[in-house]
Amino acid sequence: MDTVTRRKFLLASGVVGAGALAAGAGALTWSDLHHAAQSAPLQPGQGILVLLTLYGGNDGLNTVIPAADPVYQSGRPGLAYSESEVLDLGDGLGLNPAMQGMHQLWQDRKLAIVRGVGYPSPNHSHFVSMDIWQTASPSDPQNSGWLGRWLDAQPDDDLRALRAVSLGGTLPPLLAGTETAGSSLPLGQFRLPKGESGTALRALGDPSSQDCPYAAYSARDTGDLFTVAAAFEPVLPAQKGSDKGGALAQQLDIVASCIESSVPTQVYAVSLGGFDTHSAEKGTQSTLLGELSSAVSGFQQRISAGKRAGDVVLVAYTEFGRRVAANANEGTDHGTAGPVFVLGDSVAGGFVGEQPSLTDLDQGDLKFSTDFRSVYATVLADVLRADPGRALGGSFPLLPLR
Amino acid sequence: MTSNADRSLIAHLLRRTGFGASGPEIDAAYAAGYASTVDGLFASSDDPGVAATPAPSLPAAIDKSADADLVAWWLARMTAAHNPWPEKRTYFWHGHFATSLQKVRYAPLMLKQNQTMRTLGGGDFRTLFRTMLTDPAMMLWLDAEGSTAKAPNENLARESMELFSLGVGHYAETDVRQAALALTGWRLDRTTGAATFSTKNHAPGPETILGKTGSFDVDSFTDLLLAQPASPEFVVARHWFRLGSAAAIPASTQRNLLAAYGANGASGSNGANSVNRAQTDLGALARALFTDASFTGSTARYALVKQPVEYVVGALRALKISPTAKDTTTLRAVLTGLGQLPFYPPNVGGWPSGQLWLTTAALQSRIAFARWAATAGDLSTVADASTGSRIDAVGYLLGVDAFSARTTAALSDVVGSPPSLVGLALLSPEYQVD
Repeated sequence: MDTVTRRKFLLASGVVGAGALAAGAGALTWSDLHHAAQSAPLQPGQGILVLLTLYGGNDGLNTVIPAADPVYQSGRPGLAYSESEVLDLGDGLGLNPAMQGMHQLWQDRKLAIVRGVGYPSPNHSHFVSMDIWQTASPSDPQNSGWLGRWLDAQPDDDLRALRAVSLGGTLPPLLAGTETAGSSLPLGQFRLPKGESGTALRALGDPSSQDCPYAAYSARDTGDLFTVAAAFEPVLPAQKGSDKGGALAQQLDIVASCIESSVPTQVYAVSLGGFDTHSAEKGTQSTLLGELSSAVSGFQQRISAGKRAGDVVLVAYTEFGRRVAANANEGTDHGTAGPVFVLGDSVAGGFVGEQPSLTDLDQGDLKFSTDFRSVYATVLADVLRADPGRALGGSFPLLPLR
Repeated sequence: MTSNADRSLIAHLLRRTGFGASGPEIDAAYAAGYASTVDGLFASSDDPGVAATPAPSLPAAIDKSADADLVAWWLARMTAAHNPWPEKRTYFWHGHFATSLQKVRYAPLMLKQNQTMRTLGGGDFRTLFRTMLTDPAMMLWLDAEGSTAKAPNENLARESMELFSLGVGHYAETDVRQAALALTGWRLDRTTGAATFSTKNHAPGPETILGKTGSFDVDSFTDLLLAQPASPEFVVARHWFRLGSAAAIPASTQRNLLAAYGANGASGSNGANSVNRAQTDLGALARALFTDASFTGSTARYALVKQPVEYVVGALRALKISPTAKDTTTLRAVLTGLGQLPFYPPNVGGWPSGQLWLTTAALQSRIAFARWAATAGDLSTVADASTGSRIDAVGYLLGVDAFSARTTAALSDVVGSPPSLVGLALLSPEYQVD
């Protein structure tokens, strides 16, 4: 087996400072390097949150469908699903027919559906409402996300860059804190410089007594990127997969591999977009919900079969639901409250919260029955074992989700 | 003061008043001297870089390619301007009155707002502020368009106090509700960008805002806000925070800047239209900042992190890259990855600052950009130097005062390859600070 020096390993993983390097000796194998993160794996029982953002404003009324309600049927004649089409959930509600995998999870009591989730004075801009959901701040614009603020409260140690990661693309605001931020993983391998440039870049991550505070922070960030790359590269696919299998499925595949490899990550952010269905909604949304359902249920199967089954909770949300009445283009316009899905082996399956009325409306919009920050508070307290007040800037009633 | 210290001070001034500072720019400013360089920032002379990058003509409709053209144009303008201060100042106001094309959707309206900030951003704050309250993009952004006496929208009223003039804690919720009434009655033609006032939809008042009672409109509301003692302090603090240092403003600096900008006091009169109109001189404020002892001394040196636009445009300027339309796709992806695409601030609060730009996620985009820039750029300053002097040459090219021993050692591994050397220097901790 190939070996690397301890110095190379330590530089690669960034897990110790210069003092330890100077004292370092011995050699580590590639296998050690690839499992650098396992030097501090998550302890059994430590919770893992997978947060799934559905971008575009998913139509909650055609997801968790009040098919038995005549107001639903008359409000969107071309768009409505009949009682016989939906996958029965009880309470006069049914899942979209495309969501068979998640319906099975419901029947297995692994899926909780929080109904009517929203916030006061709803905003109908995708962008502003998503910002509100990600910063958990409906009334004040914030520069930090709710899980970023959770990260701020975690120890500032060698594992800091590994605690929360986003899959693919740009770091979502929800993972930006006021002091620190989550990391982002490419869907293929990291594209770090190779050869001499790679070695030199790695060396730029070493501390220097000549650094001003921000230069020192930049150096440590460089070191952190090598820590992240060393920890995750073994579980990242050799190249970015095709989208044929579903981009969400690919993200969740990587998350499942990370969880199985015991990296010390407690928060994963994944996403699926395209839910802005102003016209010809039925076909588009059905395809997306099918992708959501099969990706999520495939993920859950894999997690249920593994050692962390009781620790992993997945939460899926969107920035708003849509209006009760269809528009003239067989679509729906931006609305307010919608369902949030919470699933996992340890989740208490079933409905949480009240289904919003289709007749007691606020200017044509559903009234929310559960504040979204109650979902966050519950996840922070029950999954991450954290103080919800610190991340949310206030106290919100906890929900019976586990 | 040694000549190195003088050069470092001039480089600091250039970085804060522009986008990075390359060796030749520092040389020229060093020869001119500090005072004369400051004067040059405020001189209104024809700028060939500005002339070469005229604002685009954009279709008066929602149009993705217009969105891209708008971003491409501003990046090109920031890169080309010989005196970058008007662009840097515009970028500062873009963060202050942060408005996003994502919600506004009409690129020509964003361009108009950008031009307004450019034209008014160095003059009288009252004029700028008043113009922003009925700026078409701002009206769409904060839902002022169509806000009527019957259904007043509070969004613009709130932010005009919290984020644009006073700061948190200097108004109450009742002030927001009353101010919303003062701002009612404005409508917008989205295609022409014309804002029109209709008395019929305007709340007649009287309103009581911040302790004053009267029938307020957008003008008297502006005067009322800017007459609050909190307002000059807020405007001064925002300048210090973005252009000086992330640390609290020193008391003496605050006094100097307030004196230059124009401290005010509310009048004793009760009428809405009779508040004191102190001067609100943004040009004097900026000049006072750049010549203040806290700015020129150690307090402010390296006390900011380069924001992504400063980082990218600074590299383009130093490496003499004039981005083509095709490059814009690359630059958009990089700036998105770095977290700061012009015209797309995350929310009305604007962009974050400091170490929040230094994330492992952003570093991956920075690596991609450095690789691209070192391929696309003019590296002759480095390539023409002997290998023994290339580290000095790249420091000169990028305007880095000094590399640490750590960075010098790392760079020395790649001196044989100018692209690798320049690419790595763009990633050095020393280049990330401003």
